[in-house]
Amino acid sequence: MSTAPVLSAVDVTKHFVVRGAVGDSAVVRAVENASVDLHAGRIVAVVGESGSGKTTLARMLARFYDPTAGEIRLDGVSVSGRPTRAYHQDVQLIFQDPFGSLNPVHRVRHNLDRALRIHDRRMSAAERRRRAVELLERVSLTPGEDFLDKFPHELSGGQRQRVVIARALAVGPKVLLGDEPISMLDVSIRLEMLNLLDRLRREDGLALLYITHDIASARYVCDDVIVMYAGEMVEGGPKDEVIARPAHPYTKLLVESSPDPDRVGTVSRDELFDDAEALGEPPSLIEPPEGCRFHPRCPFAMERCRSEAPPRTDVGGGHWARCWLHQEGRAHEIGESTFAAALTRRDEQVRA
Amino acid sequence: MTADTRADADRLVAAARAGQDEQAQADPVLDVRDLTVSYIGPDGGTVACRDVSFQLGRGEVLGIAGESGSGKSTLITALTRLQRPPATTTAGSIVFHPAGRPGIDLVPLGARALRKLRWTSMSIVLQSAMDALNPVMRLGDQFADVLRTHNRGMDRAAARTRTTELLGMVGISADRARSFPHEMSGGMRQRATIALALACSPQLVVMDEPTTAVDVVMQRQILAQVLRLRRELGFAVIIVTHDLSLLLEVADRIAIMYAGRIVEIGSARALYRSPAHPYTRGLRDSFPPLHAPLTTLHGIPGTPPDLRRLPSGCPFHPRCPVAVDACSTTPPPLVSLPEQAAECLLLTNEEAS
Repeated sequence: MSTAPVLSAVDVTKHFVVRGAVGDSAVVRAVENASVDLHAGRIVAVVGESGSGKTTLARMLARFYDPTAGEIRLDGVSVSGRPTRAYHQDVQLIFQDPFGSLNPVHRVRHNLDRALRIHDRRMSAAERRRRAVELLERVSLTPGEDFLDKFPHELSGGQRQRVVIARALAVGPKVLLGDEPISMLDVSIRLEMLNLLDRLRREDGLALLYITHDIASARYVCDDVIVMYAGEMVEGGPKDEVIARPAHPYTKLLVESSPDPDRVGTVSRDELFDDAEALGEPPSLIEPPEGCRFHPRCPFAMERCRSEAPPRTDVGGGHWARCWLHQEGRAHEIGESTFAAALTRRDEQVRA
Repeated sequence: MTADTRADADRLVAAARAGQDEQAQADPVLDVRDLTVSYIGPDGGTVACRDVSFQLGRGEVLGIAGESGSGKSTLITALTRLQRPPATTTAGSIVFHPAGRPGIDLVPLGARALRKLRWTSMSIVLQSAMDALNPVMRLGDQFADVLRTHNRGMDRAAARTRTTELLGMVGISADRARSFPHEMSGGMRQRATIALALACSPQLVVMDEPTTAVDVVMQRQILAQVLRLRRELGFAVIIVTHDLSLLLEVADRIAIMYAGRIVEIGSARALYRSPAHPYTRGLRDSFPPLHAPLTTLHGIPGTPPDLRRLPSGCPFHPRCPVAVDACSTTPPPLVSLPEQAAECLLLTNEEAS
């Protein structure tokens, strides 16, 4: 990448302190040493299961949370403390729930107008109205005039999410952070929402972060993908490299667990679900496993994985992974069989 | 895989699934005919489920897919007779065939007769395990409660043994019987509700979005367990979800619902490879591929209709990319094809397609 990133997280860590009933407290290690660069005109997807830290990462980038360690840089300048209005003019966050993020007692006009007014006080009322219509048409709510006087409850889920995006665009941001922006929408309208994000990236040169648990939708819209597991980034790189040739066993598990109708008719159902009954669950982030956090579930785990956190290994073409297999010359084993089959084989060896 | 072996596999799978279709007709566990469900209101009724007919074979996995508001939840609450007013079954029959005994129509059945069937003949797995489990009871007590209610002769020790066995079937260790629901992960809770649904060896298990609240890896584990248990115990499954891509992998046959009707039903393979209804095609193309080359996809433009003001003719015609004039006036007939059946006017008219 030749251009400098618009927004970066550099080695950010976030720990939350939770208090128990009897005064004891625990530290939840939600995100550990995560780094991501967002470039103008590109979409980075962060995929992972719930509790993997993807939302916490987005919220640090939006500066709802201050990182426990590491820093957020906007245009190369480190930012900290209370976020300024100027920051949110550049960086906007879109939430998962379009029902909860619009004020239900106000019309669309008010919801948009407020964003316009707060961020540019000199704009006249007539000017703001014209901008509001423009914004609605930008997100394909046409004719925009027809939507100005609607209340959120009069809109479908997809239309509401478009209004949310229009409002985010009202301030003219450089970066849009989408936290599962389509997961509450009906499947038939999800693609148009992804196509909209793609248009904003191509035509307006926005830098986008797309957070999702759905690898197929990430592949559809993004350029690069980062996989998170238990608060850590375990693999990243160009989407097709990562999805077609996972360099981390967890990514492989995630890809193989995702529905892929193309397999229907070529593989029998029993084969498809064979060995998939005991794949394990992510650990608690209060006492995450030592070493590599994935080692208790990993069929390839070695002694070293139990004690030392694996370093980042570049596997070429911008594709990287944090896994000891690469340091030990065993990386080829990842691609040799399915994750489930490797797990079954390991269990048989343990028993023997 | 070479082209030859792939074609062979295709034929084998097709043969196996076609066999199941025949089995569904020969020995159904459930036979639903012209089922119509309305929500009765002050200004008449809103029909949320209209003329639904299908058969479910013993041990078969039938998937029901559709968008929100398509009537899938209305359908399964009607099937299990769990519907509450204002929802009312206004027409049709749901004949349940217990193995080796004559069929029973569930529609006119009273509470007492239904209670005899629940759990021992048919059971349900709900979407949110947290709501389905009692938060103030230990898991083991909830199992004992179900087991001893439906089998009066069972003593505490026998119930404990059976609970251990049931939990073991879904990979939960016996000491978890002492846990409260909040002490378990979401995936474990959902597996516990599946074990609970199987407690009295039902012949039919209805699952309402059983894996929507869990992550993909756990989803795969849960479905792998359900499919193995189905193989071992022989129960039939109706699984309802909005995720067609998942159903295509799990189900033998799939029913696609739109505006309260089953607009297409057929083998999973046929619905994926050659969907007959434009809505099915649109739904299939709403899931971007995981490995195949990417193209720009558009989903289905527009929104599902308001059930109180259904479009005339085919309810899908305002959103349909291939609609002809007649679609807005003529209700489409059900057309049978070799591996599926669909309600679309274009299927009756060769030149139009």
